[in-house]
Amino acid sequence: MQISLTVNGRPYTVDVEPRMLLVHLLRDVLDLTGTNVGCDTSQCGACTVIMDGEAVKSCTVLAVQADGSDILTIEGLAKDGELHPLQEAFWNNHGLQCGYCTPGMIMTAYHLLQVNPNPTEEEIRHGLEGNICRCTGYHNIVRAVQEAAQRM
Amino acid sequence: MAEKLFGSAIRRREDPALITGRAKYTDDLKLPNMAYAAILRSPHAHARITRIDTSKAKALDGVVAVFTAEDVEQSGVPGQIPVGWLLPNMKMPPRSLLAKDRVRYVGEAVAVVVAEDRYTAHDALELIEVDYEPLPAVADPAKAAQEGAPLVHENEPDNIAFDWEIGDKEATDQAFAQAAHTVSLELVNNRLIPNAVEPRAALADYDPINGKLTLWMTTQNPHIHRLLMSLASLGLPEHKIRVIAPEVGGGFGSKIHHYPDEAIVSWCAIQLGRPVKWQATRSETYMTDAHGRDHVTHAELAVDENGKIIGLRVHTYANMGAYYSTFAPAVPTYLYGTLLSGQYEIPNIHCRVQGIFTHTTPVDAYRGAGRPEATFVVERLVDAMARKLGMDPAEFRRRNFIPPDKFPYDTPVALQYDSGNYEGALNKALEAAGYEQLRKEQEEARKQGRYIGIGLSSYIEACGIAPSAVVGALGAQAGLWESAIVRVHPTGKVTVYSGSSAHGQGHKTTFAQLVSDMLGVPYDDIEIIQGDTDEVQYGWGTYGSRSAAVGGSAIAVSAQKVIEKGRKIAAHLLEAAEDDVAFEAGKYYVKGAPDKSLTIQEVALQAYLAHNLPPGIEPALEAVSFYDPANFTFPFGTHIAVVEVDPDSGEVKLLRYVAVDDCGKVINPMIVEGQIHGGIAQGVGQALYEGAVYDENGNLVTGTLLDYAVPKARFLPSFELDRTVTPCPHNPLGVKGVGEAGTIAASAAVVNAVVDALAPFGVEHIDMPVTPEKVWRAIQGAGK
Ligand code: FES
Ligand code: FES
Repeated sequence: MQISLTVNGRPYTVDVEPRMLLVHLLRDVLDLTGTNVGCDTSQCGACTVIMDGEAVKSCTVLAVQADGSDILTIEGLAKDGELHPLQEAFWNNHGLQCGYCTPGMIMTAYHLLQVNPNPTEEEIRHGLEGNICRCTGYHNIVRAVQEAAQRM
Repeated sequence: MAEKLFGSAIRRREDPALITGRAKYTDDLKLPNMAYAAILRSPHAHARITRIDTSKAKALDGVVAVFTAEDVEQSGVPGQIPVGWLLPNMKMPPRSLLAKDRVRYVGEAVAVVVAEDRYTAHDALELIEVDYEPLPAVADPAKAAQEGAPLVHENEPDNIAFDWEIGDKEATDQAFAQAAHTVSLELVNNRLIPNAVEPRAALADYDPINGKLTLWMTTQNPHIHRLLMSLASLGLPEHKIRVIAPEVGGGFGSKIHHYPDEAIVSWCAIQLGRPVKWQATRSETYMTDAHGRDHVTHAELAVDENGKIIGLRVHTYANMGAYYSTFAPAVPTYLYGTLLSGQYEIPNIHCRVQGIFTHTTPVDAYRGAGRPEATFVVERLVDAMARKLGMDPAEFRRRNFIPPDKFPYDTPVALQYDSGNYEGALNKALEAAGYEQLRKEQEEARKQGRYIGIGLSSYIEACGIAPSAVVGALGAQAGLWESAIVRVHPTGKVTVYSGSSAHGQGHKTTFAQLVSDMLGVPYDDIEIIQGDTDEVQYGWGTYGSRSAAVGGSAIAVSAQKVIEKGRKIAAHLLEAAEDDVAFEAGKYYVKGAPDKSLTIQEVALQAYLAHNLPPGIEPALEAVSFYDPANFTFPFGTHIAVVEVDPDSGEVKLLRYVAVDDCGKVINPMIVEGQIHGGIAQGVGQALYEGAVYDENGNLVTGTLLDYAVPKARFLPSFELDRTVTPCPHNPLGVKGVGEAGTIAASAAVVNAVVDALAPFGVEHIDMPVTPEKVWRAIQGAGK
């Protein structure tokens, strides 16, 4: 099936199998490998991207469902060589270790801060509920989101 | 003078690629003509395979090949998965890449499909017909140890893989006979699944012209994988295998081991002459990544009339799973029994460990590896004894600590602790937690029917693994030194080749920090190379909290050699005696005449031009070292968990977590704290949430992230960290290692807190994970 979509501001028209997942479209077809796959039960959130303004787990969305949509992935977050405040804050606060959860974590936090620009620690921890990080114990991720909220 | 970087919390140079999505993990790599592999796994814990028919799978459009054990055998490769640690009299059942006539755990690899794309590869798995004749299975190590239990390896008389002991049995029995008080506990150390967020993956590419295999894989130790691939699995000569660790998404031990899967993928690439990629699904990682822990223990502690510990007696069944994973035999023996002295003066210890085969996934090193299990035994017993004596648990610990003036201290279980100040860390932790105040609040809360608990865990770990001759004598089939080349280029820029192999630890940052300080070269002028067997001379890799202590020390030794060679050259050029040339902040100068000087960059250029070198000095400026540590390192600390338990719902809430750790000198405090945070989260996970469960038939009940709860952000509080600094006396950096400390301490701290909270109900112990149901049952049971 042929679908058209915009990813990080760039239009694409591609042929996909009806069962192909959005995450595989991004990774295997469009070569946007920043979005990661960590599970097969939509639990880990490593695959989170922004689709039409909502944070979605791209492993639970079929590529064909993304037809006509506007998608933002981790690769599209920095603008004109400037890191997004969230990226900067994750860096400053050591909010990542192995980095595998990070793209999904940052995209979820991006959405969280759009909905709630000044979250409490409690709200941040709840907001990140769908994202698993095995390295950081979340401590510095929370700090990073707090710092980003202040800078944004 | 350059700013000192050792000790500063600079942000990591690794991060820009990771936060922008540009970093490349194994599954991100693509090669022309690449095919995808998927692996068929046994759905049975124990069964005979009577027939495999792959014809339908092979006929599927897009399938390139389907292989079984027979194909591997016919290819003439060794096809084995070996064990890297030998104990006296242990059973040695073979393990092959693919199961042939029998499967022994759910998830064991039976066949492999290679197809043009991922989806087709997985489709074809469904078309492989395997006839299994199910056989009785056993998953529990205590049951598997009994006579008449279903045999895991049918040619062996029983399931006892090894029977190991340490310490003096007679003296310990004697101590118990004379004890004023004893306590005993039955402890289950729950089985854990590591859950690095990146599943294991491999991309194999074989060049038939040169006969060379390049293998990108999720590894913590590329050289070990190359060695075992060569010797045991593929039979390719070692120099014809290149193993590369690209970005690796966490490991926690699970990416140390040599599994069948990456070897199968490599074998397929060789057979087919085209690149083959595989990434495990999360469900596969649950079934196949080596699990951790899984002990069933009977433990006893004895004290005299003054409350001084006089004996510790332990018997443990350690689940090995169906086969030995790479370093499995070491984990419940030399990484466990030797740690049972904890921070205490215990004159008599005896520990017997029986390693048991069961029809379950192999068990091996997972963050902490043996040391969390030992800490759990010791710290639970210590708490139980304090309670029996009616003593404050902090006071009981204090009374029994090895005092600072007794180091180096020989324990009765083979280790020599080099340094420590246990009371210092305890006091600091008590102060940080506001212990006195907390006890008062606990009192108050109880009056209002609220149950707050305070749990201590004073842990010790042996890390900086390890002096090679020592571990060799204990059964290691590996050396555990580390190597480094420090190469100063003609322009004075520096490349360091380290045998450590990071997968989230930030070595590129910390190693550059220490080289920058030592050589006086700007931080940005230093590149760190690791994780590639064709680039790096050799390396045993990253695990056992060894990278700073052993890998970092190797770098320091090489940097020092570079400085000394440079000094000879500088002295020659400055026409001074070598002894009169000092080196400081990147500059060689004549003592007393500081304007007679050369920078290390100038010396480097002269070293390469080699127009005017002192006699006997070779050109170029670089040094290699193979650093074998003199001893383990012994980080320690005290952690304090504060919980509130709701006796009606059984729910446990972790209110606070205070950690005071002593990991010696700290190169980058931000990274060190991050390691402790992550470690604590995994220890809390074990205590409250995580536990792999097998049913009676050996089915893994907790096979997905849905059934096996990994801590999420809202399960955890922010952590309160502090430290004491007792430098390691025997390595050049004074560092000890920190990667496992949090995990080693945390599970005991949390369980001690829960038991403390429930003391008014008479609850004496609860097994991990402490679920609401277990809490509820414990309260009901204790009332009776
Ligand atoms: S990969 Fe999508 S939630 Fe885990
Ligand atoms: S940084 Fe490794 S999983 Fe989050």
